[in-house]
Amino acid sequence: MIARLIDGVPARALILLGVLLAAALAAPLFASDYILTVLILIFYFAYIGQAWNIMMGFAGQLSLGHALYVGLGAYTAASLYMHFGVGPWIGLLVAIPIAVAAGAFIGFLAFRFRVAGVYFAILTIAVAEFARVGFDHLGWTSGSSGLFLPVKQYSGNDLWTLRGKPVMFYYLLLAATVLAFIGCRALLKSRVGYFWLAIREDEDAARSAGIDTFRYKMIAVMISAGMTSFAGVVYAFYYNNLFPEQVFHISRSIEIILAPIVGGIGTLFGPVLGAFILTGLAETLTGTLEMIGVDLPGAKQVFYGICLLAVIVLLPDGVWPWVARRLGLMERSK
Amino acid sequence: MSALLSVDNVSKRFRGLVAVDRLSFAVPAGSIYAVIGPNGAGKTTLFNMIAGVFAPNTGGITFAEERIEGLSPDKVCRRGIGRTFQIVRPFPALTVEDNVIVGALLHRHHVDDARAHAQEVLRRLDLYDKRGQRASALTLPDRKRLEVARALATDPKLLLLDEVMAGLRPTETDRIVAILKDLNRDTGITILLIEHVMRAVMALASSILVLHHGAAIAEGAPAEVVRDPAVIHSYLGAEDIS
Repeated sequence: MIARLIDGVPARALILLGVLLAAALAAPLFASDYILTVLILIFYFAYIGQAWNIMMGFAGQLSLGHALYVGLGAYTAASLYMHFGVGPWIGLLVAIPIAVAAGAFIGFLAFRFRVAGVYFAILTIAVAEFARVGFDHLGWTSGSSGLFLPVKQYSGNDLWTLRGKPVMFYYLLLAATVLAFIGCRALLKSRVGYFWLAIREDEDAARSAGIDTFRYKMIAVMISAGMTSFAGVVYAFYYNNLFPEQVFHISRSIEIILAPIVGGIGTLFGPVLGAFILTGLAETLTGTLEMIGVDLPGAKQVFYGICLLAVIVLLPDGVWPWVARRLGLMERSK
Repeated sequence: MSALLSVDNVSKRFRGLVAVDRLSFAVPAGSIYAVIGPNGAGKTTLFNMIAGVFAPNTGGITFAEERIEGLSPDKVCRRGIGRTFQIVRPFPALTVEDNVIVGALLHRHHVDDARAHAQEVLRRLDLYDKRGQRASALTLPDRKRLEVARALATDPKLLLLDEVMAGLRPTETDRIVAILKDLNRDTGITILLIEHVMRAVMALASSILVLHHGAAIAEGAPAEVVRDPAVIHSYLGAEDIS
């Protein structure tokens, strides 16, 4: 199994992976509290970017409403915790099916009635917006006034209840990113992965090669939605407050897709690298501006815009394919 | 020989235009059957009906003793009909080998089995040495053969080839003709092809069907069909003038 996953990967790429992983594992020993929160953000976006990439990068289905699955995961787990005292991991077991069902609903509507391309993207936005408005009026989750989880100073880290210090969330999201990376690699090297790429490249030709495109697109949406909902659960227990206007907002959906676009859509390392570049540089920018005493609201958004422009103009395939070529990390075919 | 594919009284209309008009013919198992005719005769429409892109307005299509008209393209392919597109449609960002693996995975669940099969098919189509290249980097003749390879990898009983020789130089045409002949002889696969290149048709086909305005004007052995006055008038003769 492991041999299959690393088949064709150059040794230096494996060594680099190992070094990066070791650095990530050791980071909390050296990082300040501030750097740690930045790293948490980076792995949060790397993980969700990987989930989104399954739909867009592998199966070619553009979702601009992934905040929906984040929000559903966050609200499900948080509500269950607040109302019934159900812990986040049990909550996750409820959140995943709900997010998967939402993804299946969107997928069914779109793929059954041949809603494709930008129209599909608009549908994903629409459903996320419905959810935002709906949750604004849903009394059970405190509507627009927001849902708050009790916060106190924690002496220890309890992984089972997700109550603890940032370092616990850091390792949790790091583990999630690593598992998502391995899982996506396995998917990509499997039958379903080949079928996804075929659909992405040319759906009609894929159908003519015997692929039941409806079925495999549904699988992509459902896996992506389920994976994304986990990030929502972590979000809820990390930030301890949820507002529909925040979690379901379209700007959240856009934020999610920036890392894989900058890093390289359809690549496994793209979402991770993109998250490092965007979040890392944006935080550096904010920090620098603060240090020199300049107050520029919206500087981060402008910076994201510039990054995106630069990548689209200079490296339309994303930063990772370029880096991989430069460092000789491209996969060899047999 | 029994018929592997039979088309019975099939019609297809696009609004006022009758593209295929009450057409009937049968393709014997193991044969190489060519459909020729001038542009707009309804050849590609006929192919699209067999491959499941369109459902016919009337009539039935029987493949391996089962009715297949109106089935979706993926279902038709799973029944054992592989097709190529007139304008080639490889998966551009994938390697040549991965393109063919996609086809091979239809009836194989393990990627390694599919790769082994794909490599076998690529050898047959003279593409083995180019298997690591991206499909988008191939020349047109190579893409045409890749298109055949992908269809062939799905293990079809019937291969539908939509103008695979169009735009090729004579040497390239001869190369594909030789490959298809060997394939038919070695595996017994039935081939139905649409073709304008008469040099290829004459070298390959055991039977020819001539379409004109959506209807058959002649059918039979190649030598007889090309001497048919109606065929010369509507198709071959016209080619000589132009």
